[in-house]
Amino acid sequence: MADNPRQPKQMTGAQMIVASLEKLGVDVVFGLPGGAIMPTYDPLMDSSKVRHILVRHEQGAGHAAEGYAVVTGRVGVCMATSGPGATNLVTSLYDAYLDSVPMVAITGQVGSSLIGTDGFQEADIRGITMPITKHNFLVTEASAIPLALAEAFHIASTGRPGPVLVDIAKNAQQDTAPFVWPKQYDLPGYKPTTRPHSRQIKEASTLIRQASRPVLYIGGGVARANAAPELMKLVEVTGIPVTTTLMARDVFPDSHPRALGMPGMHGSVAAVGALQRADLIIAVGTRFDDRVTGRLDTFAPQAKVIHADVDPAEIGKNRHADVPIVGDAKLTLAKLIDALEGKMLPDISAWNDQLDAMKQVYAPSWEEPPAGKISPQWVISRIGAMAPDNSIFVTGVGQHQMWASHFLPHNRPHSWLTSGGAGTMGYCVPAAMGAQVGAPDATVWGIDGDGCFQMTNQELVTCALNGIPVKIAIINNNVLGMVRQWQNLFYNKRFSQTDLHSDALPDFVKLAEALGCAAFRVTEADDVDAAIERANAINDRPVVVEFVVHKDAMVWPMVASGTSNDEIKIARGLAPDWGEQAADEDSAEPAVPVGTVAATTGEN
Amino acid sequence: MSSTHILSMSVVNHPGVLTRVAGLFARRGFNIESLTVSPTTDPDESRMTIGVGVDSPQTLEQIVKQLNKLIEVHKIIELEDGAVARELVLVKVRSTPQTRSQVIDTVSLFRGKAVDVSPESLTVEATGGREKLDALVKMLEPFGIIELVQSGRVALNRGAAALTSRGSRSGT
Repeated sequence: MADNPRQPKQMTGAQMIVASLEKLGVDVVFGLPGGAIMPTYDPLMDSSKVRHILVRHEQGAGHAAEGYAVVTGRVGVCMATSGPGATNLVTSLYDAYLDSVPMVAITGQVGSSLIGTDGFQEADIRGITMPITKHNFLVTEASAIPLALAEAFHIASTGRPGPVLVDIAKNAQQDTAPFVWPKQYDLPGYKPTTRPHSRQIKEASTLIRQASRPVLYIGGGVARANAAPELMKLVEVTGIPVTTTLMARDVFPDSHPRALGMPGMHGSVAAVGALQRADLIIAVGTRFDDRVTGRLDTFAPQAKVIHADVDPAEIGKNRHADVPIVGDAKLTLAKLIDALEGKMLPDISAWNDQLDAMKQVYAPSWEEPPAGKISPQWVISRIGAMAPDNSIFVTGVGQHQMWASHFLPHNRPHSWLTSGGAGTMGYCVPAAMGAQVGAPDATVWGIDGDGCFQMTNQELVTCALNGIPVKIAIINNNVLGMVRQWQNLFYNKRFSQTDLHSDALPDFVKLAEALGCAAFRVTEADDVDAAIERANAINDRPVVVEFVVHKDAMVWPMVASGTSNDEIKIARGLAPDWGEQAADEDSAEPAVPVGTVAATTGEN
Repeated sequence: MSSTHILSMSVVNHPGVLTRVAGLFARRGFNIESLTVSPTTDPDESRMTIGVGVDSPQTLEQIVKQLNKLIEVHKIIELEDGAVARELVLVKVRSTPQTRSQVIDTVSLFRGKAVDVSPESLTVEATGGREKLDALVKMLEPFGIIELVQSGRVALNRGAAALTSRGSRSGT
């Protein structure tokens, strides 16, 4: 029987899923099959457009989809079966939700007739993931599949991006219906505002033209909106200094004279101090998270705030915005450039000079380790220095993550992947895998901890089998370093359950080799460069380099949890000295003798 | 200082919407004082009327913004102070043939009526604002209240305007 070209083609729901993914331009799906999603895996086998990468754990599929999405700017896709397959995605969905990563998860669900009966591998994944997805769907009819998937991709990738889960009952995958691709979405409750209001732009430019100590506070929204060129232009037009949060480290190069580095709990003194002392904060694509603001009621006490975000709920959530701007970061920055270019702007060179001095004096650094030990910070900086220009850096969570943020070169958008809002240990290996799939020609370096690595290293098998040559540096300090640092500082050095004994077990080299990687261990500082060079030269399989490092190294600067950013310490018990700069800056006001940042802002 | 506000929302008529809304309140620590879900003239749409207790205008703003992010929420308005707001109460009052007419007299003062009678009890219904219903219940207490059930609040703004164009089905 010949198909009538005017009639929609009859397909099974499973075929529709594959056909929909093809129509949506999906080229890669990370997943793992099981009972309730098996109908879909059958036609997926025949797709010439969609490559499926078989992971070893569904969490890995989720983080890989995130890595792919961050690097490419496209929607990452993962697939899992019902019940435990779906619940294994929860951590990565949560991670993507907190960091606004566009991602679609497709899960199989038990047949409609079994839903609600506690059937085998039945889990209410829609209910479970409601608080950690931008939206989710339960599809119980084949004919509803194309619209649900089209809407899922639309929602995931527009407005504030985020993860969307589509749970598809097994009978919906098996039943046959005409495949009708939707002409339009049925989403009357979803109209993200992307175009900033011209009146708000005008008010913002007025504040900028009045400010004498302005600072840009740039977040991950600028990365997601591909707005790095606009940010650079705005900085060139205005000369305003820039702080980039952990999620935005790659949108503005640290090497730029106006770059102050990362603000927050482990931020640079210049970035933290600039925000504390600013009279105007221009916040773009960021959300005044507690890790940035420290104690909120003491954050940037003298600053007026321009807050631009595509999500209106973020504006005014934590800090009052004097000028709220709802809109896409790229459009907002472009409009601000239009409003300011060629206009008379105040001379802020004194402010910039002062911050430059802070940058010089208090550049993030580290203490030399005891003789014979390797400094983890130095290892990370060497990896950064020796990495090719096209490198992408991925991290786990903890001390190594903060050091990677400070000491790696961040020069190129879409080249920095880290778990910010969620702080998901185990993110590194699978996210690096996804990043490498999204950017096959790039060098992908994962900077991981010995704790993090033990959570998700199974995906190195996936990498080895699928020609995904990621490079993972294990910064092995034997301990859960960040927790240990807090125990050191705040728990009387009582090291409860933070010693992983990674010096004894596992043997990371043997483990990595068993997983299909090239692997070597570095215990001498003199061998670090050679090992990095060797790793850089291997491109036919994943590489794991274990760097055995000094375990008492700490992340500085630090603002202790719950305290004011004014209390920033550059080493244990040591506050930065703002004395001269503080007095110079407010020369119109009576000079107050000051010893620390705290005293300065307290007086003003 | 806590204050109560009534939010009126048009939402998709779909299973799970109530969970989404209630879950959002619970998760973000917002306080629901009353919640009703009801059909509208559009079969694809439901109306939710939520009484929220907030301690600051910022909290109310945040509640509205977070609700607006739910894709199944089409539109939200905060009802004006003078909005027409009603609740329904059913009260099962202990009453003997001797006290029955006293109970009925009391209820009729509140424009309520008896809806069920037995030798030992009388069930009455009344509608109105919360203060009126509280007053009724107080007047019935001396007779002995066996059981009481009260609906959440439903409310509409005064005047011709509607929450959504979809919600007002015209004669055409």
